[in-house]
Amino acid sequence: MNAHKEASGSAYFIDTKKLEVNTHTLAVVAENQPGVLARIIGLFAGRGYNIDSLTVSETEHEKHVSRFTIVTSGTAPVVAQIKAQLERMVLVHSVADLTLQGNFLARELAMVKVSGEGDKRVEALRLADAFRARVVDASTDSFVFELTGKPDKIDQFISLMVPLGLVEVSRTGVAAISRGLEAMKV
Amino acid sequence: MAEDMMMTGAEMVLRALAEHGVKHVFGYPGGAVLPIYDEFFQQDKVKHILVRHEQGATHMAEGYARSTGLCGVALATSGPGATNCVTGLMDALADSIPMVLLTGQVPTHLIGSDAFQECDTVGITRPCTKQNWLVKDVNDLARIMHEAFYVAMTGRPGPVVVDIPKDVQFAKGTYTPKTGVIVKSYQPKTQPDMASVEAAVALMATAKKPLFYTGGGVINSGPRASKLLREFVELTGIPITSTLMGLGAYPASGKEWLGMLGMHGTYEANMAMHDCDVMINVGARFDDRITGRLDAFAPNSKKIHIDIDPSSINKVVRVAVPVIADVAAALEAMIASWKKHKHTLDHKALSSWKAEIGKWKSVDSLKYRSNKDVIMPQYAIERLFALTKDMDTYITTEVGQHQMWAAQFYRFEEPNRWMTSGGLGTMGYGLPAAVGVQAAHPKSLVIDIAGDASVQMTIQEFSTAIQYKLPIKIFILNNQYMGMVRQWQQLLHGNRLSESYSEALPDFVKLAEAYGGVGLRCEKPGELDDAIKAMIASPHPVIFDCRVANLANCFPMIPSGKAHNEMLLGADVSDEEVGSAIDAKGKALV
Repeated sequence: MNAHKEASGSAYFIDTKKLEVNTHTLAVVAENQPGVLARIIGLFAGRGYNIDSLTVSETEHEKHVSRFTIVTSGTAPVVAQIKAQLERMVLVHSVADLTLQGNFLARELAMVKVSGEGDKRVEALRLADAFRARVVDASTDSFVFELTGKPDKIDQFISLMVPLGLVEVSRTGVAAISRGLEAMKV
Repeated sequence: MAEDMMMTGAEMVLRALAEHGVKHVFGYPGGAVLPIYDEFFQQDKVKHILVRHEQGATHMAEGYARSTGLCGVALATSGPGATNCVTGLMDALADSIPMVLLTGQVPTHLIGSDAFQECDTVGITRPCTKQNWLVKDVNDLARIMHEAFYVAMTGRPGPVVVDIPKDVQFAKGTYTPKTGVIVKSYQPKTQPDMASVEAAVALMATAKKPLFYTGGGVINSGPRASKLLREFVELTGIPITSTLMGLGAYPASGKEWLGMLGMHGTYEANMAMHDCDVMINVGARFDDRITGRLDAFAPNSKKIHIDIDPSSINKVVRVAVPVIADVAAALEAMIASWKKHKHTLDHKALSSWKAEIGKWKSVDSLKYRSNKDVIMPQYAIERLFALTKDMDTYITTEVGQHQMWAAQFYRFEEPNRWMTSGGLGTMGYGLPAAVGVQAAHPKSLVIDIAGDASVQMTIQEFSTAIQYKLPIKIFILNNQYMGMVRQWQQLLHGNRLSESYSEALPDFVKLAEAYGGVGLRCEKPGELDDAIKAMIASPHPVIFDCRVANLANCFPMIPSGKAHNEMLLGADVSDEEVGSAIDAKGKALV
């Protein structure tokens, strides 16, 4: 949509100064109620924001609280607006821009299916070992590797598997948390 | 005790409405809400007003809310009943109007089966509500009803939907009273941060060319906000302009008043916006109808922005000092701080600023060519104002040229007297809104200033007015065109008037009579006053067919894509200037 053109997204966008587009990781704590996920996705779709990755799960069962990790990209004003729009949602408790706060951990899990024989099979196993990937399924002509790490580590592993017989990939998307004592408020 | 708290879901709905002080519900029955209608039948605390189309119910609820400061309530059945409400919900969301819409839903065991009159109401209404709920357990119903009113009314107000399956309406459960309702994740901030108040006031005190730019937030905050705004203007002597939604917060007769700003605002208001050095935005949102070209918007100003919604800050225009609070709370704190520091403005600078504004005023940007034989639309509004200003009057409008003329020529002295569809621009808003206003204020004079095209979008609600003896006055500026569409075709599309002529208009006088109301027509300027007086004097709903100059256009105007100091003025604009006012880039804008 127009979000990339001008920070405002106004009808009067004018392509003059180009602001830098960066990737931001947002953590969102929300009530675990029907419709919350739809409302958050609807916000991104309706206002033309990008979603690079989205993960969600209930984190505190008694309090009915879910935590979302959303990786988005945009200029600084657009990302600030995304955060403000998320915060004003009735069922959202709090939002943190982990990228802006700095110093956070981001991890992703991937399952990578590779088929091959002979040298290729040996090479795949050797690389898996180097990346600390575990073999979670094996047949005479295939493996499924399980791998966790930063998204770019997973990207790299997958690209190495391509010539060795990559069949398919399933990734969870990023889960992120800040380092140190600080926690998000519920 | 516990015994009288046991009741059916339908009883809970009525109980909750009464507990929230609801006096009127605008609705339309259908299969999935019959249990609720059965409860209406058996009580007399809440009056039901039967509409003719569910969209009408939502606009009535909006008019009701806007004129009273209360929450408007509408009721519709499942499926088409719910989908017909979407326009009204979006309208209320765009203009921040508190509304609770109750919808029936097919029984829970049928949800998802494509049942008769089933639709995904919460899915369809999600992007046009502040929040919505599907009630799956009758024991949640009372709590959700209370949360619905709380969410609609607090923070930045807005519409909410409670979707109630028919089996939940029949099921028995425990009613919980509203005491202590909180939504843990929703705690809107209403009190300002003192540091931002101090920073705002300090910035104001340095101003040489200050300007108040106020909006609908002042109205939504309540009458106290308007009172404080007037006090602050009086205290500082700072000139003031307002958006369409904020008219009436500061009186049009006030000495610092510059008129409305924006696309069809006055020359002095827009020039003052362009040249000011400190802008104090009070409850407005830098809408594109206000800012015009963003990179040329008030280029030399530092801006203060008071808004209850943090997402409004820096959304369109970056500001120096945000004050996140309810308008009344923010103004109160700012006035106290201004007094405490004994701030005064540089008098010399302020008087030369006002002299400059005086020059812009003398341009008289609202002037128009008067005509002895044909009623000019501007003249019609001027006369309507002159003949109703001393009465207890409420004005609603549809959307288009007549709406802008009403905003320019009807002079509002008090808040909550002006109901118009600003953000969404919904043709067909004004007639049902007038019904809602009249229901809330049965003794007042309620006038819908309408256009011949808009009024036909919800004309059926005239029948509602007749049924409930709500003597609304529909004052149609009939120029036989979709005037604003035509004006834009003249500006943008080489005067090719594609589909903007109102062919086959009904005879509005006969139409009024057919519904059982009064029809009046006036075609001559000399007869207008008497005709308006006859309209006012009638104790019945009236449709007034005011035949006005067909080709009059609405000026002044900031063409799209242009800046505040590039206005087209009315009286002396040539057809050629109109034809070439908007460049290729501007044509792509709305």
